[in-house]
Parts: sequence; structure tokens; C-alpha cells
Amino acid sequence: MAEGHSAVVTPMSGGASGENYLTTGKGPLSWLFTLDHKRISVMYMVCILGSFLLGGVFALLIRTELWAPGATIMSADTYNKMFTLHGAVMIFLFIIPGIPAALGNFVLPLMLGAKDVALPRLNLLSFWCWLAGATVCLVSIVVGAVDTGWTFYTPYSTTTSTAVVSMTLGAFILGFSSIFTGLNFIVTIHTMRPEGMTWFKMPLFLWSLYSTAIIQILATPVLGITLLLLIAERTLGVGIFDPALGGDPVLYQHFFWFYSHPAVYVMILPAMGIISELVSVFSGKRIFGYTMIAWCSIAIAVLSFLVWGHHLFTSGQSGLLNMIFSALTFSVAIPSAVKVFSWLATMYKGAINLAAPMLYVLSFLFLFAIGGLTGLFLGSLATDVHLHDTYFVVAHFHYVMFGGTVIAFLGGIHYWWPKMFGRMYSEFWARISAALIFVGFNLTFFTQFVMGSHGMPRRYYNYLEVFEPYHQASTVGSYILGLAFMIMAYYLLHSLVRGEKAPENPWGGATLEWATASPPIATNFEHEMVGLDPYDIDSLTFDRETGNYVRKDPGSIFSKPIGEE
Amino acid sequence: MARPKIIDHNPDLAHHFESMDQQRQSSRLGMWLFLVTEILFFGGLFCAYVVYRVNHPEVFIFGHHFLDKSLGALNTVVLICSSLTMAWAVRAAQLKQRAILQLMLVLSFVLAGTFLGVKYVEYNHKWQHGLLWASRYAPDAHVLAEAGVEVTAAHAEEAVSESAGGMPAGETSPALEALPVDETGTRTPMDEVADTEISKIGPAATGPAGLATSGDLAAAEAERNAVSVDPANAKTFFSVYFLMTGLHGIHVILGMIAMLWLLKLAFQGAFDGGHYTKVDNIALYWHVVDLIWIYLFLLLYLID
Repeated sequence: MAEGHSAVVTPMSGGASGENYLTTGKGPLSWLFTLDHKRISVMYMVCILGSFLLGGVFALLIRTELWAPGATIMSADTYNKMFTLHGAVMIFLFIIPGIPAALGNFVLPLMLGAKDVALPRLNLLSFWCWLAGATVCLVSIVVGAVDTGWTFYTPYSTTTSTAVVSMTLGAFILGFSSIFTGLNFIVTIHTMRPEGMTWFKMPLFLWSLYSTAIIQILATPVLGITLLLLIAERTLGVGIFDPALGGDPVLYQHFFWFYSHPAVYVMILPAMGIISELVSVFSGKRIFGYTMIAWCSIAIAVLSFLVWGHHLFTSGQSGLLNMIFSALTFSVAIPSAVKVFSWLATMYKGAINLAAPMLYVLSFLFLFAIGGLTGLFLGSLATDVHLHDTYFVVAHFHYVMFGGTVIAFLGGIHYWWPKMFGRMYSEFWARISAALIFVGFNLTFFTQFVMGSHGMPRRYYNYLEVFEPYHQASTVGSYILGLAFMIMAYYLLHSLVRGEKAPENPWGGATLEWATASPPIATNFEHEMVGLDPYDIDSLTFDRETGNYVRKDPGSIFSKPIGEE
Repeated sequence: MARPKIIDHNPDLAHHFESMDQQRQSSRLGMWLFLVTEILFFGGLFCAYVVYRVNHPEVFIFGHHFLDKSLGALNTVVLICSSLTMAWAVRAAQLKQRAILQLMLVLSFVLAGTFLGVKYVEYNHKWQHGLLWASRYAPDAHVLAEAGVEVTAAHAEEAVSESAGGMPAGETSPALEALPVDETGTRTPMDEVADTEISKIGPAATGPAGLATSGDLAAAEAERNAVSVDPANAKTFFSVYFLMTGLHGIHVILGMIAMLWLLKLAFQGAFDGGHYTKVDNIALYWHVVDLIWIYLFLLLYLID
């Protein structure tokens, strides 16, 4: 991988010397031991997309099995393992680290005009923890997999004969990776902001990463101890979750969701941050409601800790507790809706540029709205009892996580790809792929809303004949998604070799990462930067000759060349 | 806290920072955040402890008699002293007193080692008498018998004083009646225990196939009846004890490794310039390890 990159990406616009971060240092070791946040981010990106592929293959196998009732291509036990591995790989290896580690790591210091994150060694340690955790997880998939569902609920997880201990150990190690990334981001945002960048002049992506990081450091340790207790339960016979030993299996669910509910905001908050950046740039207009969006990120982070009980409505929780958690759950809709309306207001009367990243923004707005609103069905007690553990929940979750987070992640990849690798991808194929993803996604998951509301339970291997048409439509949708991702993989990899060279600022973004070369030099900037208004889109003008957006007042973003005093 | 403009040429300054002040602030904030995660990590463990103890108080009242309070107290004093020497080490680093810094680091290391030594004595005692975590819990009959006498006497006294001021003697709470405690007909010491010390939830019902199997339950029941002294699930106390003190012990070992690293740096003269941030951060970590032990001492040793 490492050598591949240095071989295919020749020095482009680069710095004064023609060097960039991809060409500074050669060989695998220069990557594995790098302290450069950009290289760590590229390694994260490669590994995370690899996990996405693996999780996607599991998903396609599940959908193929469900083509017809009864056994289609695999046994019931294998099917149980498949949906568990799909969930575990997608959640722990792909979507939780996804945006913060792969895109945030790259963009955060650049947006701050800084040379690196505050704690570069910790950043590398975070990546190594990811590698170690992922290796343990992959080994446990090979030696016996897990069939408990990704939530590892007791007593399934304490009684199954599959490799629960090694899988949870892998997730435990991955937790450290997440904690270290979050910790690093908080410290960096506190101490590395440039002159002139006050808290409320930060790009909104940084606000979202900051709120995400708060959740990462406050919630992940609780998952750590929960998984450790589960391991102790299996290896030492500790009875905390085992009713036969006086323990309480619902306590496990409380512990698990105390982390895992906030964790879904670890997934969606940075996605919202990407949308805030993209919607402003591709509408050619200042973001609407900056301050409210910033505060809403923090509000979502705080509320995320108060709603975990809505996963336990049918687990024997007291009626009073159910009502409290239901009310708190509804309150999360407020800041989320404020954000959605702000994005819509940003687009209003804007000069909308329907480039590939903007197509993902539009997809996000549709899908996230559906995902968010169906969340209210699940948050209200009476309907949840009916919908609990049906495909309705599966569809809701995928509308928020795939329709929200993954779509925004893809938008972010397309937006920052020219900055990361200095190459433009094929806009035509990017639009085709974005459209196919939108169609395939809705075909896959909208049918699941219908199935779920008709009572099709989730995680079932077999089903009644009446659900067959829905399952088949859903499976066809998943194949369209698979095709769309193959097209995307092709044109993105192709762009690395044959893509046009990217200018510094192909989209017209006013944040600081667009004020340096594409790809940036190893130390990010030639000059010391000052923080300007990140949404002052009008300060830029399009230069037809180079296809680049340039500042009308080029000197405004530099305080002075680095090294001069 | 926007970045200050002064460019610093200190050799200890990492390339991506602009001043030592910025660098110091970053690493201190990082350490405080890390300590927050440590508190939450142990917080989850304490929460599990509380839930189990509220449900089964008798398990903890029984189990704590096997812990040596004086050794626990000794270890508490040892750790508090090591916190003092670490704090002193920070002061010495600030004042550029290399010899005192080295002495204090050595003292802290020795005190931490003493803590582990005492812990070894305690663990060894448990090991020899089979007072281990659930899957290896096989207590010696005579240890159990001796403690049983002690426990029974203590509980009888409490039961008397409890019934004087609390619930009238001879009357049991509905929760207690629901318990199948007396089904075996044998008078166990549990009969004399005040109902504040009895499980609030009964044993689990026999589940359908695939859940808690009846075989497990029957075995657990038989085991409980065979040993009449310890309450059901007494072994969970020792599981919790080894889990909590074991995790704490790992943190002590990590702290000792960090102290050795500081000592090496001190001998190389890394702190002669007054850049004491590393010492400060490790000291902060050590204080938290100390603090967690104080809670463990209260929660595990001093139950009555």
C-alpha cells in the first residue's frame, strides 16, 4: 500500500520544492512510524475502507440468503454469524472510526492552520491500537466467529460456544483507538487554534469533531469495562450478568447502551459537520445559523448520554423509567431538526453546484430526514412495543447510519479527495455512482420499513411467504449498492493514476485547508496562517485558466512566512 | 487560548508547537482527559459493584471477613505516602533540584513496590485457602468454618440490635417471604440475619432450553446446600475482589514503569531546565491510582 502510493502519485503542484506529504519519506516503515497526521489519516482510510468492503460482503451474503424462505445459500448457524459479523465489523471497525480518524485526522489540523495535531505520537498509537484490535477481531472471525448479534447481549454471549472472548477483546482494544483520537482532537482544538480563530470562528466540522470527541472520551471507557466484565464472565465465571449466579442480564444492556447509544452520535455528529461544510461551499453561500448549529452539536452530545434506556423499553424496565427515556429521546429531535432546517435555509436562493459532493448532501438531507423521523416512532412507547426487534428498527438504523453517516462520509471523501491525493476523479462516474447509491439504498431499506411494520422480525433466518417480494426487492437493492461501490472504487483508484491534477481550491471553500497545496507539504503550510471567517465564500473568485478558486486578497490569510520573526 | 505569537527556540519544543507554554498546556490537558477516561472506566466497575451489592448484601458482608483489614490499611498508608513523594518530585523538578527529584522518584517506586508486595501476601493467602474468583472458588472447609462462626456471631448481634429499632422480631418482609431460603429445612446462619442483609432478588427461575439451564441451577443449589456457612453466590465477592484489585494492580505496575522512565530521564538531566510537565503528568496519574485504591479499600475491606 505504502509503496503503491508513492509510486503512483508523482509530485504535483506541491510546495516550493515540489515535495508533498506523500513523497516525503519512502517505504512501508516511513508510513508505519510516521507522526504526520495526513499519512496516519491515509492509512486509516485504506484500512477503514477495507473493513467497509468486508462488512459489505457480509451484508450481500445476508441479503442473498434471504432471497427465499428457508435455506438458500447457507445454514442457519452461518447466517447467525454473518449478521453478527456484518454488525460488528461495520460498527467497530468502519463507522465509529470512519469520519473522525480517516477524514478528521487529515482535515482538522489543516483547518486550524496547524502543522499537526497536538499529540502526534498518541495519534500514531491510536492507529496501532486500531490495527491490533482489527487483527484480533479478524483472527476471531477465522477461528470461530460470533453469533450473538453485534450487541453481545448476555446470556447469548455467555452461553454460546463461538469466539466471544477474542471478539470482545478486539473491540476493547479498538476502544482505545477511539479514545486516543477523541482526546487528541479536544486538546488540539483547545490549544492549536491560530491567531484570530475564536471558538465561534471555527469551521463547523471542527465543532462536530469536538462534540464527537467529548462522547468518545466519556462513553468509550464504559464500553471498555463492560466488555472486560463480559470477558471475566466467560473466563472467570463472575456472575454480574448471569441470573444463575445472582446477576442481572439487563444490567449488561444498561452498560452496553450507556456507551452504544452515545456511540451512534459518534457516528452521526461528524457526518453532520461534513454536511455543514459542503452545503455552504456548494450553495456558494454563507452557512445559515452558524451559532445554532455549533450549539446543537454540543446539545446532541450532552443529550446522547441521557437516552440509552430507549433500547430497553421491552426489557422489563420500569414504566416510569420508560416514560422518562421516551421524553428525553424526543428532545434529541430538536437540535437535529434545527440543523436540517439550517442546511435547507443555506441552500435557499444559493447558487447550487450539483457536483458529486453536493449530490451526497442532497441524499443525506432526504435519507437523514426519513431516518430521524422514523426514530420518533421507535421513541414513543406504544409504537415501539409493536416495532421492537422488527425490520423497522433495522431500516431506521440504516437510514440514519448509512443514509446519514456513510453518505456524508462519501460526500466528504469526494470533497477532500483532491486535497488528499492531488487528483480529480471522474465527475461523470461520480454522479452515476451517487445516483445508483441513492436508488439502491432506498430499494434495500425502504422495503424493510414496510416489512417491519407488517411484523417481519429482525435477525430471522426463515420467514413467511408473504414477505418474499419485499425481501427480494431489498436484495436487488443491495446488489445495486454493491455495483455502485464497485464503480466508485474504480474511478477513485483510476484518478490516483490518471486523474487530472487538482488545483489548490477546486470547490471554492474558504476554510484554511484549501489555502495550501494539493496535496499539502509535510508541514502543511508555507506560511503561518490566521483564522478568517470560514464561510466567507465571497472572498474567493474563480480563475478559469487554472480551474482554481483564488482569494481576492491573497495576503489576508497569512500572518507571515514561517521562520521569520 | 488562541495560539501565542512568540516563537520559542527551546530544544525541547516539538516542531508543531510554537511555544513551550502551548506544548505544556497540550500535554496537561491531554493527561486530565485521560484521567477522566480512567475514572469512567473504574466508574463502570463501581456501578456493577453497587448493583450486585444492593441486590445481594449478604454476599459482601460474608466475604469481607476474609480480607485482612490491617494489611489493607497498611497499603492505604503506603500509597498515600507515595502520593506525597510524587508531589514532592514535581516540586523538585520545578525547582531544578535533580538530586531530590531522583530521591523522590526512587522512594515513590519503592513505596509502589511495597504496595504490590503486601498485595502479594494477601493474594497468596487467598490462593492457599481457595478463596478465588468464581470458576476457581474452592474454600478450605476449616477457613470457612472458622469464619462462619465469626460471621454467625456478628450477624446474630446485629440482628438483635436491628430488631430492637427496626422491624419487629419474627416478622419478615414480603421480599424475604418470597425467597426459598428455608426450603431445605436446615437452619443456616442466614436465618438469623437481619433482612437488610438478605438478597433482594431470589434465585433465577429455570429458563427454557438454551437459557440458564436447569442443570446449572441444580448444581448451584446442591453446592449451596453442601456448604452451609457461606451464602449463595459468596464466590461473587471474590470475583469482584480480584477483578477490582487486579485492574488497580495493573495500573500500579504501569505507574511504576512510568516512574522508572522518569528516573532515567532525571539521570540524563532532562528536567534540569525546569520543564517538569512529564513529572507533573505522571504524578497526576499516580494520584488517581491512589484515589481509586482508597475507594477500593472502603468498598471491599470496610463493609461493616
